[in-house]
Order: sequence, then structure tokens, then C-alpha cells
Amino acid sequence: MAQQILGEFEELVLLMVAAMHDEAYGVSILEGLEKELKKPLNISAIHVALKRMEDKGFVKSRFGGITEDRGGRRKKFYTVTALGKRMLDGQYALRSGLYKRIPKISFS
Amino acid sequence: MQPPKRALQFLRWFCREDCIEEIEGDLNEMFRKNCQTSPRTAGWKFTWRVLRYFRPEFMKPFNNYQSNALGMYKSYFSIGWRNVIRNRGYSLINAGGLAIGMMVAIFIGLWVYDELSFNKYHRNYESIGQVWSFHSDPATSIVDGDKSMQYPVGATLRNNYGQYFKHVLMAWWPGNHTVAVDDKVMLKNGLFVEPGALEMLSLNMIRGSYKSLDEPHSVVLSRSTAEVFFGDEDPINKTVRLNGRMDAVVTGVYEDIPRNSNFGETQFFAPWDLWLSVNEWARRQEADWDNHPINIYVQLQPNVSMEEVNAAMKELYRKNMPADFYKTQERFDPFVQIIPMSTWHLYGNVENGKPAGGRITYVWLFAVVGVFVLVLACINFVNLSTARSEKRSKEVGVRKVVGSRKGQLIAQFLTESLVVVVVSFLFAMIMVGSLLPWFNRLTDKDTTLPLFNPVFWAMSLAFIVLTAMLAGVYPAFYLSSFQPVKVLKGVFRSGHFAALPRKVLVVVQFTTSVILIIGTIVVYQQIQFARNRPVGYQRSSLITVHVSDPAFQNKLDVIRNELRGSGVVAALTASSGPLTAIWNTTNGYEWKGKDPNMDASFAICNITTDFGETVGWEIVAGRDFSKEISTDSTEAIILNEAAVEYMGLKDPVGQEFTDVNEFGQKKWTRTIIGVVKNMVMESPYEPVRQTLYFYNPKVFLGLMHIRIDPNASAADALTKIKSVFNKNVPMAGFDYTFVDEEYARKFAQEERIGVLAGIFSSLAIFICCLGLFGLASYVAEQRTKEIGIRKVMGASVAKLWQLLSKDFMILVIIACLVACPLGYYLMTTWLLDYDYRTEVSLWVFVLTVIGAVLVTLLTVSFHAIRAALANPVKSLRSE
Repeated sequence: MAQQILGEFEELVLLMVAAMHDEAYGVSILEGLEKELKKPLNISAIHVALKRMEDKGFVKSRFGGITEDRGGRRKKFYTVTALGKRMLDGQYALRSGLYKRIPKISFS
Repeated sequence: MQPPKRALQFLRWFCREDCIEEIEGDLNEMFRKNCQTSPRTAGWKFTWRVLRYFRPEFMKPFNNYQSNALGMYKSYFSIGWRNVIRNRGYSLINAGGLAIGMMVAIFIGLWVYDELSFNKYHRNYESIGQVWSFHSDPATSIVDGDKSMQYPVGATLRNNYGQYFKHVLMAWWPGNHTVAVDDKVMLKNGLFVEPGALEMLSLNMIRGSYKSLDEPHSVVLSRSTAEVFFGDEDPINKTVRLNGRMDAVVTGVYEDIPRNSNFGETQFFAPWDLWLSVNEWARRQEADWDNHPINIYVQLQPNVSMEEVNAAMKELYRKNMPADFYKTQERFDPFVQIIPMSTWHLYGNVENGKPAGGRITYVWLFAVVGVFVLVLACINFVNLSTARSEKRSKEVGVRKVVGSRKGQLIAQFLTESLVVVVVSFLFAMIMVGSLLPWFNRLTDKDTTLPLFNPVFWAMSLAFIVLTAMLAGVYPAFYLSSFQPVKVLKGVFRSGHFAALPRKVLVVVQFTTSVILIIGTIVVYQQIQFARNRPVGYQRSSLITVHVSDPAFQNKLDVIRNELRGSGVVAALTASSGPLTAIWNTTNGYEWKGKDPNMDASFAICNITTDFGETVGWEIVAGRDFSKEISTDSTEAIILNEAAVEYMGLKDPVGQEFTDVNEFGQKKWTRTIIGVVKNMVMESPYEPVRQTLYFYNPKVFLGLMHIRIDPNASAADALTKIKSVFNKNVPMAGFDYTFVDEEYARKFAQEERIGVLAGIFSSLAIFICCLGLFGLASYVAEQRTKEIGIRKVMGASVAKLWQLLSKDFMILVIIACLVACPLGYYLMTTWLLDYDYRTEVSLWVFVLTVIGAVLVTLLTVSFHAIRAALANPVKSLRSE
């Protein structure tokens, strides 16, 4: 399918969602990624990626309970769908396959 | 610590509903965390993050969030339509009244448009004009003018003022001429004019070009005339004989000029030189500054204004007339002015050398009447909708509770009025379409519905929207302002004052109608008054035949004898001018006791033997001309009563009357032998002009008057007379008019206005009654229970009828009280335009008021009596 494209940043967010399993929502994803990438990100970028991937069917969401420190707003948790997982598998296979073909020589 | 309020407000304002939960939550959480680490920058960070969300993905859709707006509008229309259907009676009254009102408005619109577009067919109409000459009366300093010009003015304009003009065209008066092709002879209206006319009038040439009149023996025909004479044949290069003695070759054909042009009746244009070739006398006028025989049309250069030229020509006479002649004219202060084509029709009255009013008054008058009739119809709509508001108050209440905003309710009610207006407009268009031929006959016009003109449709659309607004705005605001709690609790009562605007509107309606009716009656009275004016001669079964064609000159004796022998002619005579117009005026006479400053201008008529006997004039003093007394033709003169009064003579018969030339030298002296009763020859609304009658039995006069024997039938007599003329002068057409018909034509304009005013005011009163009928039926319905109870308690039918009718009668009487003084004022002002006028008498008002009250009573009583007769059991049983 032509539109089933996973952008680079989207892939990172998707990996994070998959890794955090059921505990992934906007702020937690942001913090996880900032820690891994070691650079500040904007929350709106995360939301855009999540929204697009939800439209494409890579993730699905559910609302959690109300917590006080969110000003009465509920958390929106994301989980990876089967399609999302297949996409991640495909990306991983593609990358590791290509990686393995790198000749074992030294790079100056 | 709270996140910045403004930023949060902004986020909530633009962010879409399905994202706000997540975004606001996450932002809040991050804000808390930031507050713990760096409270000072937390607010700024929050704001910055909010701003980063300001992108299309998170924004609300722009087309508001009502995704089923279309459904809402559809519902407006279907509810509107259902309301129309459910209340058939009211809807019919509404739509019918509106349709009639709109029909009147459309008709008047068409008429006004036609009047305003008069002469605009000619592309250069703004720069075309006709030259008039003016002079002032030294005694009264009244400036008087005429379009008849001296021959040398043409050359003067061309030579000395040429830089202002694109065309200076000398022309003969437009009139009927005989046109003959082989043995087909017809009378056609035509204009002999210099060649530039085709270009000046921007005629649409089907054949030939604007140069087609350059050759002296040429003629250009209108398409319809060419078809009449030549059918399908090519008319070009065919020979045509004009007036039996001018041969011309057809060199062009032009598209007929529309009727709403001053040249609309002109069927051919022929060169001025052709006319001169058979009118030798005119050539001799080339240096004559005294005689005014011709017309002069001009077209200005593109960048020249009328005022500029008029100012420049002010001194034309002083500079160009021979000096000794100008001296004799100086005290009359003669000058020339161009009267622009744009004023010929609508501002036809020329006063003090300037166009001043005329038909434009009627155009305004009718436009106002049209608007009023439409407003009357709109008032019906307003009254019925507000009166019935109680019925719909529950609906409004429920709608408001469910969540309708006021704006939506207004939109709904406006849509309903739009539905009714559109339906009425369709009806109105159908009625206009089918009545247009009749309307054209009535107004003597050629208007059509411009169905393929986008401007017309744009205007119709604007008209529909305007009417819908006019009719719907007040009910819409009134109905939508109900308070749902009150309405739904059932305590809603349109209080005492709710009916007040309604009453005022009814009064307005009736005031307008009553004024229109008074106006109509007064117009008819004025026409009748002028009709009954004694005209001073017998105009029935009298015909006038044009015999000015030189072909008649040698045949007249034969014709006269044959006519006398035909047995259908009682008497015949001839004169220089017709009985229904004055063709010739002149001045410069002397008599005993004359005021030396007096202009002494008189209308002149040359007559032959038997004139008095044929036309039946009445001698009030002295005697008639006699063929036995040979000196009558050289030494006698007859005046009319107006002349005697004008000259201030006590005992006119036997006094001397002298003609002097411009240098004061005596030309001749005649004795007044008789005085005749005034003959109304011009407008029946104006005083009769002072007229001199000269006896000329030997001279050739262009008009023959024939009195048909009262025992012979007119049709039979006409055939016989015609055969005499055709036998003797076959080349000239038999051009005749019945004097009484010609005279009746003088009433045409007033009569047309009378008929139109009559129709419009009947429609106006009809619309008013329609509205009243609706209101009455509503009131009767409202008070059904009350009437039932009153009946049970013993009220009589008459009492109930009185109860229900009284309110309306009061309104109508108030309307009459307002309308009578207004109508009196308006009509007296209108009558001031007429010198010979009737009085606005009291009985007009009495009659109108009685009529209005009666009509109202009839309208209202239908429902009142029906309600009063109804069985009270029926009305009281149901609850």
C-alpha cells in the first residue's frame, strides 16, 4: 500500500510506543525519546506523529482516568496495532538486512 | 500555579474538539513538571508550545461546526411551504395580494423604464439637440420660444459657430408624405433633412451606408416600409415618387426606429436638397431673417457641452442679422438656444428658454404610485403574519427551548416570507406576461418583458429580496422576540398595544387608497370638464383633407363640383390651417388705442367661401364674410372674442385694423366686419388664442374641410369622397382626418392617465380589502368563544355584527379624515397646471368616503355575520 509509509520520526515514536507497552501517552513518549536522543523535542511534534499514525492504523488509543496534575484532562494512551508491529518488523528486517551487507573493511 | 490563561483560552478557541483533551492534558502535565524545575520560564514554555499547535491538523474546521447547515435551510423551506399549505386561505390572501401588488409594480416599472429610455436608441443622444428661437414680450417680459427657425440660421451656425458642431442639419417638419411606387400609393411619415442625419441618429443600416443620402435624388426607407412596397425584392435602386413630384432612388434601408424615440414614426429619410428642388420659395428664404419656416437639428462635437454652445450663441442674432433689421427686433431680445434631445420627451415644456418639466411629472407620479401599491400589499403580509403570531407562539417557544438562536428564527421567518414572495412573483410574472398586450394598447407603448436581459433578472432578484425583506422583517423580529417561558406556560397574550402597529398600517393602507381614488375622480372630472367646454364650432361629421400637394392646384374646381354633386356633401370649404391646431402666428399690427409696448401677436387663419357655414362657427357681432361683397377679400377681417379682449376693444365692429412692417410702415388697413365665438383649436385646457380670419376665396389653400350630409352614412360618404379624389388626382394619397377624432386626441394623455389611475386605485383598494378580509376572519376566529357566550346570554346578531365591525370602521374613518385634506391639496396642485380647470368639489370627498366605508363594511361583514350566525353550541362545546 502506497500510503503506508513510515517517516523517520514516526518510526522513532512508534518504537517508543511499542517499547513502553500500554504506558505510552504524549508526555511519557516525549520524555523517553528526549532521554534516548539526548536532545529537546517539542510535544506538538509527538502529537502530530501520533495522530498521523493513528489515521494510518499503526497505533490505537484509549483514554485513561482523570488525574489531578493534568487539570482535569484524561491521559490518552497509545498501543501498537498488529499492522504497526508488522511495519516495525519490516523496517527492522530491511535495516538489519542492509546492515549485514556492509563489507567488513575499515572506514577511514 | 496555573498555566497562562490567555494561552489556554487561545488553545481552546482554535483546537478541534477531538484533540483538545489529549493536548491540554499533556501540556498541563508538562507545565507542572516545569514549574517544579524552573517556575519562571514555565509560563513562557507553555505559551510557546500552545503556539506550536496552531496548525491545520489541530484546528477546528472553518465552515463552523454545524455540519448539517444545508439540512437546516432545507427545513426552513419545507416548514415554510407546509405553513403556506396548511393555511390555504391566508396564504392565498397573502400571495394574491402580493402578486397583484407586484404586477402593478412591474407594469409601472416597465412603463417608467420605457419613458426614461426614450430616445436612448440613438447612441449620440446626449450630444444631439434642436435649435429653438426665443424672444421675450416687452410688455410682460415672458420668454416664448419655438422650434421653427429662420433659414439663414443654418448657414450661420455652420460658418460662424462651426467649431462646436459635428452636424448642423436643416430639415423640414416631420410629417406625412405620399410615397408612390408604380401604382402603390401610401402616406408615410418622413423627414427631409440634410445627409448627416443617418449618422447623427446612429441608424442601424441594413442596406446602404451613412452616405446614402448624399446624392440629392435618393431616399432611405425603414425596413417595414421597404417590405410593404417591395416585399422580398431588393429595394436598392428602385425608384420612388414622393408627394407625386419628387423622384428618388432607394439607396438604403434601416432597421425601424423603436417607438420610444422622437423619430419612432419616421418611415423614410430624404435629402433636404430634394425637398428644396420642388419648394422654390424656400430657396428664396436664404437671407430672410423674419420668416421662421424650418427646423434645425445639431450634434455637438464630442468635447463640447450644451451650456458652452448656448452661451456662445447668445449673441447670434445681434451679430448676424442685418443691422437695420436687428434694430426693429431688439426690444424682443431674440436669442437661440439648443434644446437637448435628452429633454425632448420628458421635459417637453420649455419655459424661459430652458426645458422645464413635462412628462417627467407623470413618470414620478406613477413610480410613487407603484411603490405605494407594493407597500400596501406588503402591509397585508405584515398584518396577517403578526396577527396570527399567537398561533405560532408555541412553535417559537419550542424552537427556542430546543436551542434555536434568535438569528435562526429570524432567518426562518424571512425564508417563509421569501417562499410566499417567490410564489407571488411567479404569479405576477404570468399575469404581466398575459396582460402585456392589453397594457401596451392602454398606454400606447411597445414594451416587452426583457426575458433574456440579465439586468432584468438581476433587478427582479433584487426586487424579490427587497419585497421579502419589506414584508418579512417586522413579523420576523416580532415573532422571534417571544420569551419561551411565557409562551409555553400559556400566559402569552399579545397585549393591548400589540395591535397598534397593525392598526396604524391599516390606516396607512386606506389613506393611500382613498387618496388614489380621489385623484382618479378628479382626473376624470377634469377630462369631462374640458370635454364639455364649448368649442365654438360643429366638429361631428366634418372631415379635413390635405390638398397641399401642387397636383391638386388645377383640379380643385373639378373636385369641388364633383363633391357637391355626389349627394353626400353638405358643405365644403378650405383654410390655410387645420381646425385643431394653429399653424401660423404673426405680430406687428396697429389699431386705435393700442398699447405701444404690446407685441400684438395673433394666430392667423386664411379661409375661403362657406367656411363659417361648413364648420358652423357662431357670429356674435357683425357679419360673416360674403362672396357677394368683393371687397371682403381685401378690406375685411374677422376676429374671435379672445382677440377682441386682447386688443381691449369696446365696440370692435367697424374699427380699423392695420398691418405695419418692421420699420413701422403701413402695409394695409382692413375693417373689422365681425366677431366670432372662440373656437378651441389648440389644447382644450388652455385659453383660446387671439385669432384673425382673412377671406381668401381665390388663393390656393392646403386644407379642404368637408361636412358630410347628416342624412348620409359616414362610411358611404367617405368612399364616395375618396373616389372623387382618387379619380382626379391619382398620384396623391387621400390624406384625411375626422375633426372630432383629431379633437378627441387632445384628451389622449389625460385620458390614459385617468384610465391607469383608475385601474391602479381599484387594485389598491382591492388589496386593502383583501387584507381587511383576512384580518376580519382572524378576529372572528379569535373571538369565537366570546361570541358564543354572548349569544347564549342573549346578544342579537345585529349587536354582534356591530361589535365585530366597529373596530375596522373606526380605522377606515380615521384614514378618510387623513386622506381628504391630503387629497384636496394634491389635486388642487395638479389642477394648477391647467388654465381651464374644474374645481375640486365637496361631493368627491363625500362620495369617496361613503364608498370606502361601504366597501369596508361589506368586506368585514362577511366574517362578522358568519361568526354571529354560528351556532354557539358548536363553538362552546370543544375545549
